[in-house]
Amino acid sequence: MTTTPGGLLLVAAVLVPFVGVLAGFALGGRNAQRAATLTILAGVGIAIAIVAAMARSDDDLVYLLGGWAPPLGIALRADGLALVMIPAIAVVILGIGVYARADFATPPGVREARAPLVFWTLLLAIWGSLNLVFVSGDLFTLYVALELLTFAAVPLVSLDGKAETLRAALRYLLYALLGSVFYLLGAVLLYGAYGTLDIRLLAEQVRPEPAALAAAALMTVGLLAKTALFPLHLWLPPAHAGAPPAASAVLSGLVIKGSWFLVVRIWFDVFPGLVTAPSAQLLAAFGAAAILVGNVVALRQERLKLLVAYSTVAQIGYLFLMFPLAFDAGTATLERGGALAGGMLQAISHATAKAAMFMAAGLVYRALGHDRIAGFAGIGRALPVSVLTFALAGLALMGLPPSGAFAAKKLLLDAAGASGQWWWEVVLDVGGLLTASYVVLVLAHALSPAAEPVKPRAPVSRLAEMAALALAICSLALGLAALGPAPLDALPNPLDPKEFGSALAVLAGGAVLALALGLRLPPLPAGDAAVAGVRRATVAIGAAFVRADGVLRQWPVAGLALMAAAIAFGAALLARA
Amino acid sequence: MTDAATLFGLCAAALVGLGVYALIVNPQPLRKILAFNVVGNGVFVLFGAVAHRGAALGWGGDPVPQALLITGLVVAFSASALAIAVLLRLFDETGSATVASDPPEKPDADAGKA
Repeated sequence: MTTTPGGLLLVAAVLVPFVGVLAGFALGGRNAQRAATLTILAGVGIAIAIVAAMARSDDDLVYLLGGWAPPLGIALRADGLALVMIPAIAVVILGIGVYARADFATPPGVREARAPLVFWTLLLAIWGSLNLVFVSGDLFTLYVALELLTFAAVPLVSLDGKAETLRAALRYLLYALLGSVFYLLGAVLLYGAYGTLDIRLLAEQVRPEPAALAAAALMTVGLLAKTALFPLHLWLPPAHAGAPPAASAVLSGLVIKGSWFLVVRIWFDVFPGLVTAPSAQLLAAFGAAAILVGNVVALRQERLKLLVAYSTVAQIGYLFLMFPLAFDAGTATLERGGALAGGMLQAISHATAKAAMFMAAGLVYRALGHDRIAGFAGIGRALPVSVLTFALAGLALMGLPPSGAFAAKKLLLDAAGASGQWWWEVVLDVGGLLTASYVVLVLAHALSPAAEPVKPRAPVSRLAEMAALALAICSLALGLAALGPAPLDALPNPLDPKEFGSALAVLAGGAVLALALGLRLPPLPAGDAAVAGVRRATVAIGAAFVRADGVLRQWPVAGLALMAAAIAFGAALLARA
Repeated sequence: MTDAATLFGLCAAALVGLGVYALIVNPQPLRKILAFNVVGNGVFVLFGAVAHRGAALGWGGDPVPQALLITGLVVAFSASALAIAVLLRLFDETGSATVASDPPEKPDADAGKA
């Protein structure tokens, strides 16, 4: 293995954001934002250059640090997975960078303000850590990258310094540390068994033996805790809902993708031969539970930001559905096929749509001074662009054509159909309906007429609105890549007229679910007793979900859930035919 | 049969077990931070034992785990420092320090009425 032409770009992708961090701290004050602006522009250029270099060479980019080849040295490697993530993350960072100019400008007359300085430097730190996660070829470097990501993300949660956000940040940090120590323990076990941590070399050597199986279970569960996959999600709702909107967009859209990407990396690249059918089914079963509970609890929230945070809990579940669909029962390994492509597409589609959704929620909060959904009447007229952004991002999350999530869902449905796993088809379809329900609920409030016109209490930045809208449109138009050149034309065509009918069906189903389960509905005409009875029953179900979620988010319960998940994965990995 | 590496391995297992137990059941954040350090030290001791066992080439020990271990210590130290900083700030704000879940949510406003 040698360094390939263009390999230096990978070093730049990691190093340039960190140079920006150092410059921001060294120059201080207003210069932090200037340094961030320059770095973001440079970073987007590097991402484009990486895509161009990989398109030219048609192979992985490799850079050997110091010219030493593994196992002695450390390799940076960009493969197809990194090729998907690096440009997508760059686009989202660019969008957030433009959006945050209004919220995190250093006020005139002040030499240095804490929140802007911290936000701009940590935004770059998160970017650099994510790029390192994508290109690392070594499990220990990945550990360091993951920790950097967490350390950069935690202060973003408590940027406003209020007690509740500090508590959320501390819970996030402690639970993430528990997860990362599990990951490190797994890495140590692997080194003890095979004497290397290089992903390629490990993949050749791992055998289903106790040390490797224990390592696989520990690393997977540790990463799930950091990703906040249900039922290990105790820290996510308060942390993501309490942060300022631009920070929420970073946390929800980008940060969780780091540890999720690492699960994909180790399952597909390190342990593809260890994975068993039950373990893949178990991982997706957690995902299915996340979709169900996250979506129903989202529907029962009074505040928009908490609703969007719970929507993230549900969408994380989606990201794990691809594992059993990529499992080839014949060879008993994970195959890099349509299911993996669907999962990656889902991830970048969620990153763009969720960032846009949090931005729109932040704009609404800024204009109204609150984000209680029941008080949204009339904002459709007062804040048309923000409401449109929320609607477009919602359509993209539901997986309606031509969004990227639509293409992802089609790819996953095809994989499920081809392998005869009908139950995952049900989960995919029900998940779309549930997502539609809370988007419809919020829009119904936002578009209902107000008694008197809503006057925004604070002006909303036009630039921020446009940044959010652009990200939502990115997500919604991702599926149009199918109209592009090969290999993108393998994606399903989103302009098929047949899709129109199913899109309408999803919206209608969502509306019915919103009527059944929604927390506060706009005033309805008085129904008859039977309808009221049905609504009472469905509301009781919804309240039961909320209570169950509250119990699972207690610290001792979540800690035990982590241990139980580790044992369950260990057992599932042992169960081989 | 109990050579040094096995002994260290068993110590590591005990440390990890104790630490994880305390991390889960102990409600005070400061104790949780200390418990995290106990777990982390268990993992580092295990890494040391692995380094000793891997020294098949006649060296005193495999140097790679030692290099990684030092990096790991730095990461664990930064993690503790960050956690303590957040904890102190939380204590300054509220006068108490807890990571217990949010106060129980208000009962659903429209439960039971359609």
